[in-house]
Amino acid sequence: MTGFGVLRGMGITLRQFIGTYRFGKWFLKLIGLDEGSGITTVAYPEVKQKHAENFRYFPFLVYDESPEDMRCVACKICEQECPPQCIHITMEKDEKGAPTKKFGRTYPAQFDIDVSICMSCRICVDVCPFDAIEMDNDYEVADYGRGPEMNFNRDKLLKSAEYFGKIKPTEHAEVEARLEPKRAKAKAAAAAAAAKAAEAAKPAEDKPADEDPSDAGSDKGDAS
Amino acid sequence: MIDQAFVNLNSTLLGALPEVLRPWAAGLVKIGVIAGLAPLIMMYLTWFERKVIARMQNRLGPDRVGIYGLKQPLADGLKMLMKEDIVPEGADKLMHTLAPLVALIPALLLFLVLPFGRNMAPLDLNIGVLYTLAVGSIGSYAVFMGGWASRSKFPVMGAMRTVAQIVSYEIPGALAVITVIMVTGTMSLVSIVEAQSQWWFVLTPWGFIGAIIFFLSGVAEVNRTPFDMPEAESELVGGFHTEYSGMKFALWYMAEFLESFAVCALTVTLFLGGWQGPAIPFWVLAAVLVIIMAMAKRLPIVAKVMGIGALVALSVVSFGEAIPSWLWFFTKTYSLMFVMVWFRGTFPRLRVDQLMGFAWKFLLPLTLVNIVIAGIWVAMPSVVGVLLDVVIALVSLVVLVKLNQPASLEKRTYTFAE
Ligand code: SF4
Ligand code: SF4
Repeated sequence: MTGFGVLRGMGITLRQFIGTYRFGKWFLKLIGLDEGSGITTVAYPEVKQKHAENFRYFPFLVYDESPEDMRCVACKICEQECPPQCIHITMEKDEKGAPTKKFGRTYPAQFDIDVSICMSCRICVDVCPFDAIEMDNDYEVADYGRGPEMNFNRDKLLKSAEYFGKIKPTEHAEVEARLEPKRAKAKAAAAAAAAKAAEAAKPAEDKPADEDPSDAGSDKGDAS
Repeated sequence: MIDQAFVNLNSTLLGALPEVLRPWAAGLVKIGVIAGLAPLIMMYLTWFERKVIARMQNRLGPDRVGIYGLKQPLADGLKMLMKEDIVPEGADKLMHTLAPLVALIPALLLFLVLPFGRNMAPLDLNIGVLYTLAVGSIGSYAVFMGGWASRSKFPVMGAMRTVAQIVSYEIPGALAVITVIMVTGTMSLVSIVEAQSQWWFVLTPWGFIGAIIFFLSGVAEVNRTPFDMPEAESELVGGFHTEYSGMKFALWYMAEFLESFAVCALTVTLFLGGWQGPAIPFWVLAAVLVIIMAMAKRLPIVAKVMGIGALVALSVVSFGEAIPSWLWFFTKTYSLMFVMVWFRGTFPRLRVDQLMGFAWKFLLPLTLVNIVIAGIWVAMPSVVGVLLDVVIALVSLVVLVKLNQPASLEKRTYTFAE
């Protein structure tokens, strides 16, 4: 009948209105009505929305034990592949121009991601052969400028593998599974190298690698 | 005691003054109260509207400034005051400045005759109804002034729509009030409220129809959704106030909200019993409020304790008294405001032709029928009269709805499409 559509529309808005209050919800349930969607927005700084595990924001660099011990070897593949070209890497080199090594591998002296340009496409993560870069889900990076403030440097980007395991357990498990054989191989290689070194009775150049076999492995992987 | 608290306070204060000053002081007090109350009402209407509409859209609404966003209107006011005041090039400066004032002052003048409670009408004009209708329609001049003086096409278009709309809706609005005047035989708003001590007029057949028509035309006259053609954002940017900024813009808003409040208050006064209400003891209301306050999650403890203490003290002091008349008035008025916001939360805007058609083809004939109904009510105060009224009302409603059905076009058949 004419006019009833109007009343029904008003009924819907009233029901949604009542359903946003605790008592209202209870009352609607009592009289057997659908209780509406309730409040769907959150009071942001106090309450935060839960996001899905795969939610991604900006990339970060992964380190295993200490920030010194980063997985990245400064191979610049990600720099090449990044569509908006927002990654800038310089490899650490000595005066002669030969790459210096720490934990038996090369490492970036400078690793900048301009997050005001980054479009969160995850390509850098996909192309990295060392699983050295991963997507973060920290979205609270607002600042007062868009120059140096938004250009995240190496120290700001470095986060532990543990943190990665916390924010994305599934992906972390996958990465670990992928890295495990590599690490085992590296360990064996390092042991062999150590044995050889002991045989040659050379000065203990490989000692640090002994202490941390996994790094020596990455070094090998890098070379191959 | 609480019922007459303000009246007594006023007369005590005036009594303390020398004889010569008393009439002047009485006038000043009334002016002061209206001038102080109106911005307060307007500010909290904006808060109320934003909160309610947010809840209808499953949002929380303003809650950043103060508890439950209660300081939001102050922040908004401050912001408006600090904004730049822009007058478009080539605009008529004087008219442009004058228009918001011309809109605001009639809106304030409307408050002059409203009976806010028992013995609480600032002025008991014996032509109160006529006065409200006359003063209320000055607003359309202001809108057209503002629109024309802006020298911009959107405001002019918005203003022209406004004038057309207000002129159309004033007629059913005024004719709906005629029934009240017919039955009560007075134009004084105070006497009209007193005539409703037995039955609120909305409970009679003519009052029911009259109340709905009056309220709807009121909603249309103050340009609120779904009749907000004059400021249709999607078509006219902002309508007649497109070229206004800063405090002048705020004045437009203030005028609009005060007029909405006045429309609700007038509907309450004319049809919903004004300040009259069932004699519920005050402590019942206080108890309900205490429970709500105790359950409120975000209220600070101090406010809770103070509020509950004040309510308990009030109900002890006035034990056995009914809910004060002014509280009834404001509760009813704010309920109607809720209905207005409810409309806004529910309905899309009407088309211009639908808007005009609704006024001229549906409301106007219905008010004419309603006058007949009221006449029968006065002439035949018996069961037969009431039955006759109901029958006439129903029949005319059905006929009008049928007549207003849009012409259904022939169903098209597509020869080659199949
Ligand atoms: S996520 Fe995409 S845009 Fe951002 S740094 Fe990686 S490759 Fe570049
Ligand atoms: S691809 Fe991986 S290892 Fe190579 S520079 Fe980028 S992050 Fe470092």
